[in-house]
Amino acid sequence: MNIALLLEMAAEAAPDRVGLVCDGKRWTYGDLLAAARGAFSIIQNSGAEYVALLDESSEAAVIAVFGAALAGVPYCPLNYRLPDADLAALLGRIAPALVIGDEERVTRIAGGQGHTILSREEFTLKAQETVPADDAREYDPGEGVAIQLFTSGTTAAPKAAILRHSNLLGYILGTVEFASADEADAALVVVPPYHIAGISALLSSIYAQRKIVMLPAFSPEGWLGLVEAEAITNAFVVPTMLARIVDAMDKKAADGGAVVRTASLRAIAYGGGKMPLEVIHKALERFPAAGFTNAYGLTETSSTIALLGPDDHREALASEDPKVRARLTSLGKPIPTVEIEIRSESGEVLPLGEAGEIYVRGEQVSGEYKEKSALDAEGWFPTRDAGYMDEDGYLFLSGRADDVIVRGGENMSPGEIEDVLLTHPAIADACACAIPSVEWGEAVGIAIVTRDGFEAPAETELKDLVRSRLRSSRVPEKVAFLAELPYNEMGKLLRRKVKEVLAG
Amino acid sequence: MKPGTRLKSAACDTEVMVIRAAEGQIECGGAPMGEAKPAEAAPLAADFSAGTLMGKRYVDAAGQYELLCVKPGKGSLSVDGQALVVKDAKPLPASD
Repeated sequence: MNIALLLEMAAEAAPDRVGLVCDGKRWTYGDLLAAARGAFSIIQNSGAEYVALLDESSEAAVIAVFGAALAGVPYCPLNYRLPDADLAALLGRIAPALVIGDEERVTRIAGGQGHTILSREEFTLKAQETVPADDAREYDPGEGVAIQLFTSGTTAAPKAAILRHSNLLGYILGTVEFASADEADAALVVVPPYHIAGISALLSSIYAQRKIVMLPAFSPEGWLGLVEAEAITNAFVVPTMLARIVDAMDKKAADGGAVVRTASLRAIAYGGGKMPLEVIHKALERFPAAGFTNAYGLTETSSTIALLGPDDHREALASEDPKVRARLTSLGKPIPTVEIEIRSESGEVLPLGEAGEIYVRGEQVSGEYKEKSALDAEGWFPTRDAGYMDEDGYLFLSGRADDVIVRGGENMSPGEIEDVLLTHPAIADACACAIPSVEWGEAVGIAIVTRDGFEAPAETELKDLVRSRLRSSRVPEKVAFLAELPYNEMGKLLRRKVKEVLAG
Repeated sequence: MKPGTRLKSAACDTEVMVIRAAEGQIECGGAPMGEAKPAEAAPLAADFSAGTLMGKRYVDAAGQYELLCVKPGKGSLSVDGQALVVKDAKPLPASD
């Protein structure tokens, strides 16, 4: 089973339908398949063992992912935001590769590693030129690795996560109905190509035959402009993007600017990091006609494994019941094609309501790294995410298992402390993490961002607030006030950087 | 039958990809399916002529077989004479 099947079926059913819009150029499913078949030849002739992409989103990402699949070579999009030394190290791990994108940079930092380097334009042009008229070539059967992604490494060195054709097809065939999109549907893709959500967006939209509109570099104005110009119906964003979009809309309204027409937007999905309650509340107000979906997934699970759907969002917003309202902070329920368990540190399955590590199993779950598989004997993947499931089956995340603060043998999740701090009107953002403690091994440290127009609250006030709501062990021993918290470009809080600040 | 194998109908244009299969005979339009198309087309059996739909998954009651239709045709699918049915997919909201 080869993931190229997804594009082959779309091109078979609707060769002349527009599947991709990028930089004003429109590509039909037929165009994309022909170019992917052209890329097959380029890849084979290069002798590359990987196809790497060092570039923002463009048609080259689509052509490369399917071209690599047809050629039976793993596709490995790389994070162009990494510093030279880190990037050179990753390129060294995939040599010899066909590297598409920033020719100058790859030549400069990894010129001696034996790569074949093509700019985006060269690759796209060559892929279109080399389409054989009578295509009788043998394509890869798709029994191996389709995609290799280096994890973001917020806690350690990047690991090479691998996704097999069977994992990705298991995900798409199990969750997307073929050709289910209307011809007018358009999905705005703004997630970078090296992120699992950027890849799954391409695969699922192509199989649903939902036109993809790419926004290679995010800005709130650019995003809103494309929503209006291309009558976007579906979009996926990370929390920081949604916050900036909502702010830009408010600012425009306050300045008396023309109202952006966003009525075409029917579905907004988000994920990739914790969504602040304030942001989702505002977004639900600004986009009253849109259905919101919170998607929870990991690279190692081929994207989404749990989701909170549109009805859940509106129901939570309208409810008086605190339990139902709290669902807005949940990950929703596991999708029907995976199983989820919460386990204790010693590996026992925990009952509903008890917090532990989230384990997942299913066809789409790879749980595999280049070096070794992380699956247990029964095929379960330990996500390293900590959380619990409530009595109605909603999954709640309390942080990374590695972020748990262990004070004198007591496990504390940063999330519960942060949630309490965020109820303070003067606090815009908060991070709790472990600080070294002679007495306890670890203790709680907090970093606080004060809201504009407010005075920084006194340390004693913050300690009293935590003490009044949680056990005294949660009371912070150290407080730092920062201008902003460090996030990566996907909106993931970089706790290790906060730790460094608090330790300093 | 290995997952990923493509089978062609002898009686119509249908093509399927095997997602899951056991040892039984997979048929379309009442005739055995194969990796290559036979030189002479088989007749379309009246009992197996409801047609296949592109992108639909077809399964048996026991859950031993699952076939993805990658090219539609006039025949309908069966295993050892037992008709396969369309697998109900619960539509999920688009999440990516």
